[in-house]
Amino acid sequence: MSRTTTDLLYLVTIVTFILALRFLSSPKRARQGNLLGAAGMALAIAVTLAQDGLGNFVWIGLAMAIGTLIGVAGARSVKMTAMPQMVALFNGVGGGAVALIALAEFHNLTPLPGELAAEESIAILLSALIGSISFSGSLVAFAKLQELLSGRPIVYPGQQFVNGAVLLVGLVLGALIVAGAEGDLLVVALIATALVFGVLFVLPIGGADMPVVISLLNAFTGLAASAAGFLLHNNVLIVAGALVGASGTLLTLLMGRAMNRSIGNVLFGAFGAVQAGAGPAALADGRSVRSTTAEDLAIMLGYARKVVFVPGYGLAVAQAQHDVRAVAEQLEAKGVNVLYGIHPVAGRMPGHMNVLLAEANVPYDQLKEMDEINPELPQTDVVVILGANDVVNPAARSDPGSPIYGMPIIDVDRAASVVVVKRSLSPGFAGIDNPLFYDPKTSMLFADAKKALEDVGAALKGL
Amino acid sequence: MSEVLVFELTILVLAIFLGIEVISKVPTMLHTPLMSGTNAIHGIVLVGAILVAGRADADTLTMVVGFCAVVLGTANVVGGFVVTDRMLEMFKQRGPRKSE
Repeated sequence: MSRTTTDLLYLVTIVTFILALRFLSSPKRARQGNLLGAAGMALAIAVTLAQDGLGNFVWIGLAMAIGTLIGVAGARSVKMTAMPQMVALFNGVGGGAVALIALAEFHNLTPLPGELAAEESIAILLSALIGSISFSGSLVAFAKLQELLSGRPIVYPGQQFVNGAVLLVGLVLGALIVAGAEGDLLVVALIATALVFGVLFVLPIGGADMPVVISLLNAFTGLAASAAGFLLHNNVLIVAGALVGASGTLLTLLMGRAMNRSIGNVLFGAFGAVQAGAGPAALADGRSVRSTTAEDLAIMLGYARKVVFVPGYGLAVAQAQHDVRAVAEQLEAKGVNVLYGIHPVAGRMPGHMNVLLAEANVPYDQLKEMDEINPELPQTDVVVILGANDVVNPAARSDPGSPIYGMPIIDVDRAASVVVVKRSLSPGFAGIDNPLFYDPKTSMLFADAKKALEDVGAALKGL
Repeated sequence: MSEVLVFELTILVLAIFLGIEVISKVPTMLHTPLMSGTNAIHGIVLVGAILVAGRADADTLTMVVGFCAVVLGTANVVGGFVVTDRMLEMFKQRGPRKSE
């Protein structure tokens, strides 16, 4: 196959990758997107194998068979909960592949001294450096999540100095390569230094922040692939690598934002160490809430099996009873089991919520009293709290110092995730702070209940 | 700077902007599957690995290094797509419930 034909078919692959990324951003088409990406990848591999002047097919076939076995066995055998570390592992091997490509190309391009062009040496430097950091960093992330290593941040005195020194060695080696020094050992030494740096870079980061780190290393591998594309003058590598590098960087920022953590904080804060010292009681300042959007809430609800709405005075004020019923009906049409948890003193008078919801024609058998709903909550995927506060405040159960200690509450914190729809963080009727808002599985949707439910309804239509 | 390099830099910059644009509206729930999907896509390094391992003039070192690169690249591609697909199984559409 000629170079022109190859490049044209690579363009088809590039289009499938762009569409795959687009589709992966919407829950309805995500799976199609992944399959489309896989098809594009298969095309690119076939095209590459059919390229003119390529040989050693037996070895390539054998290597691909081994890689396929590793990939399928690894991906099929892991439990759903172990998925993040598998992503880390597969990301790492990709980075490793780039570093090896750089080594082989350096070896092949430098039979004669002084032959290497500046752009080639820079491409070799970048692919070896970034690929190796991604490889070893991902392996450490894998080991931490798999609990082969402690998930706690590993810190020691002089850490910054050691990291700086290793980075400096790497930069000197890189400068030597760009300046035209040659010899395979130089690239081997650069790779070794970058491997050490990757380990040192991830060790001080706590297990809870690993998803953000893996996402960042994923973007790194993309950039490394792009650098390898410059080295091999291969368009599909340049474009696919840059797509992953850019979208991966944005995704890392978005993930950090969703966790309410800045990236700088994740990478250099050794957050877990600070938190471990403070303990769960430290709710004073520095605690954080996660906020969410109506679109995200719609997706959570649309793909849940069981959803419980817990209404309170805020629902009555916003006159949102018809909107909640409309959303509930949309969810039921999608096969979601919807219930309402009614606390006896929710609202401003006993039975306030029952009257309100009955007025909106909510089926009576979906309204559950507190004692009926509490046993259901551990099997509930999402609890949506609509303008209720004190009746779901876990301090009533756990904090003897709280004025409402001992009051029976709806145990919403036992559900898999909690979304609080509320206009602000202000305390409720009783003027008591609510630790539920700072629970890691809680997210806040700061909006009027009516407006929020209308937006959720609109977003559900698009699912 | 060669013409080829300028062309390559152009498509690099365009692809970076496109990469940011194309995922800018991703819901939180899809963060992990999207990360996994992009992880599979950078498995495209396998193409580079094949080109290295398949060089007609390959000496032993190139062969060994290329072989390892192809193994790693294939694991990235296959594992990446399969893991993503498993994650996305949970987004299967369910029909409406029979009752009601």
